[in-house]
Amino acid sequence: MAAKAIGPVRRTFAPWDDPAAPPFIEFRNVTKRFGDFVAVDNLSLTIYEREFFALLGPSGCGKTTLMRMVAGFEEPTEGEVLLDGQDLAGVPPYRRPTNMMFQSYALFPHMTIEANIAFGLKQDRMPKAEINARVEEMLTLVKLTPFAKRKPHQLSGGQKQRVALARSLARKPKVLLLDEPLGALDKKLREETQFELVDLQQELGLTFLIVTHDQEEAMTVADRVAIMDHGRIMQVATPAEVYEQPNSRYVADFIGDINLIEGRIVDRAGGRVWLDCGEAGGMIEVEQAMEAATGDDAWFAIRPEKISLSLEAPAAPSVNCITGEVWDIGYLGDVSIYHVRLPDGTTMKSTVTNRTRLVERQITWDDRVWLTWPRDAGVVLTR
Amino acid sequence: MTTVDSPGRHDTANRPNPARWLVVAIPYVWLFLLFLIPFLIVLKISFSLTAIAQPPYTPVLDLGGGISGVIEAFKEFTVENYLWLTEDALYAKAYLSSIEIAVVSTALVLLVGYPIAYGMARAPKAIQPMLLMLIILPFWTSFLIRVYSWIGILKKEGLLNQFLLWLGVISKPLTILNTDTAVYIGIVYSYLPFMILPLYAALERLDPTLLEAAADLGCRPSRAFWRVTFPLSLPGVIAGCFLVFIPVTGEFVIPDLLGGSNTLMIGRTLWNEFFSNRDWPLASAVAVVLLLILVVPIVIFQNRAERGEGAINKVPM
Ligand SMILES: Nc1ncnc2c1ncn2[C@@H]1O[C@H](COP(=O)(O)OP(=O)(O)OP(=O)(O)O)[C@@H](O)[C@H]1O
Ligand SMILES: [Mg+2]
Repeated sequence: MAAKAIGPVRRTFAPWDDPAAPPFIEFRNVTKRFGDFVAVDNLSLTIYEREFFALLGPSGCGKTTLMRMVAGFEEPTEGEVLLDGQDLAGVPPYRRPTNMMFQSYALFPHMTIEANIAFGLKQDRMPKAEINARVEEMLTLVKLTPFAKRKPHQLSGGQKQRVALARSLARKPKVLLLDEPLGALDKKLREETQFELVDLQQELGLTFLIVTHDQEEAMTVADRVAIMDHGRIMQVATPAEVYEQPNSRYVADFIGDINLIEGRIVDRAGGRVWLDCGEAGGMIEVEQAMEAATGDDAWFAIRPEKISLSLEAPAAPSVNCITGEVWDIGYLGDVSIYHVRLPDGTTMKSTVTNRTRLVERQITWDDRVWLTWPRDAGVVLTR
Repeated sequence: MTTVDSPGRHDTANRPNPARWLVVAIPYVWLFLLFLIPFLIVLKISFSLTAIAQPPYTPVLDLGGGISGVIEAFKEFTVENYLWLTEDALYAKAYLSSIEIAVVSTALVLLVGYPIAYGMARAPKAIQPMLLMLIILPFWTSFLIRVYSWIGILKKEGLLNQFLLWLGVISKPLTILNTDTAVYIGIVYSYLPFMILPLYAALERLDPTLLEAAADLGCRPSRAFWRVTFPLSLPGVIAGCFLVFIPVTGEFVIPDLLGGSNTLMIGRTLWNEFFSNRDWPLASAVAVVLLLILVVPIVIFQNRAERGEGAINKVPM
């Protein structure tokens, strides 16, 4: 349960920045069609050994299909999938060193929890004593020891999910494919299990590919995340990069909360970009190296927590200052979200940490407020 | 909302509800009228003696005679028929050979039916209803006629022999009709749908991701069949075996039409006692013993299934 410090180990782990690092799982121009429907569209992706890789994307964007191609349940229509340098084409699932945790769990209904977990180990002809020890270890890991003798239909949804997790982990496969492994767990158990997973992955040196709908989860556990849409990958980067430097409006909007202001690039010099956002934002100055030409349409994207809110106009003329009226306040406990209506009618969101108790709040409905942010707080997006 | 909801639900469950009782009572009334009463009548006749009379046994229970009449009748009851069943070895042989034929043909039907049901369950979803229709189609024709037509196929100069001669597989016609082989062919043919339908029902609801999970865990398809598919189809196997074994044990038409004079089956013996010898009491005793032979093992099996491997019969899906 004790979450080990993962910081130092992880920060030095960045094989994707090393051109010499050998890829472990590699998708090369993979297309998967179901009839006319393109589920995966000319996708290339490299995942490295010992990486914890997360796939994020809306429902139906092809995440499960991608995993099933690694596990061997689907063959790519075009392109190839390589594992450790070997083309996987034609290798049946039972010969692949991968294990998958199914989105629907797929537990064997006629076997006890124990037998479910031991199933893969028996296929490997592991000695009985060793199987028992491993099953015991897995049951402890997912906190289901008292349920060992039950059948799947006697478990709750969350318990079933944990059995599925234990079963896929039991063989300690080179690649573990987790299709929404923690979705049915409550917040506390989910967070605990996330740490367990990271621990285990570190300890065993395994490669994990995880699908999740929970961005926080992806941020917490993954070394890198891929944001997918309609069978294509929109961005692959570390969680921090995806959050701070999204490469498109789609990614910016998909991950977390964001304010987007439409504008036009008017100047570019010395690593800075000036964006004319008309009535909504005036002239916005951003510290960013980019290739777009002046006159191009662009969007300014800034996270709500990077905007400061004040009741008075800044004393000295400052960059990036706009004014508006507080239109709504969303109280979330730790933070409040202020919706500020700009002169042109658009709203900007600004998150303020609730350092004082609610009754003493200074800024309230209909107040005139000034929104300011430094040059390096937001990004300019051209697509 | 739940706090309002749940007591309400309990109330309806506990309140005596006439409609509910009616629903529960229907199967019992059905069983009482159509199973228990006829059985009691047969049981009563089996304790009587033959008589050249109408009806051909004595005593005849005369309910008009009141309690004393019933007591009188009871006094005349005898277990002679049952003793006779043990004295003449013919009956024991007939029972044993019926059971043997039923066991062998149930196994044959299972062997033939399982691959068919498996193939049907794996066929594209769109054509499954059609395959199901094909299985049920023979029921449109009378059972008797279908068995009769096998005579035409199996006899010396029948279709099968002609075909084999034409192929050159054999040089002179085989004697199939009026042998046990013909009986087995007839039984497998006639009872196949009763095996296929429950098997198909069990296999069809099998979640294909379970087989993917087995493969994922390193299990090759042949092993996955025995470790996943077959155990999960067991309810269908058991249902199918009962549906075949029970009627085959008492089968009369098939051995009579296709079997030889030495094909001994209890159904035939019963028929002879009843219609040829007009010995209703003995025929009744034969029927009662047959029922016991069939029912006792089933009850034992059901009890054990309930206590032990109960979950296997009610696989949740
Ligand atoms: N066997 C199939 N036949 C036809 N279409 C399929 C098949 N499998 C998947 N698809 C389609 O491919 C697309 C991608 O499916 P996939 O299961 O990979 O989505 P996903 O990203 O995992 O979604 P979710 O988050 O809802 O699980 C979907 O639109 C789906 O309808
Ligand atoms: Mg999915």
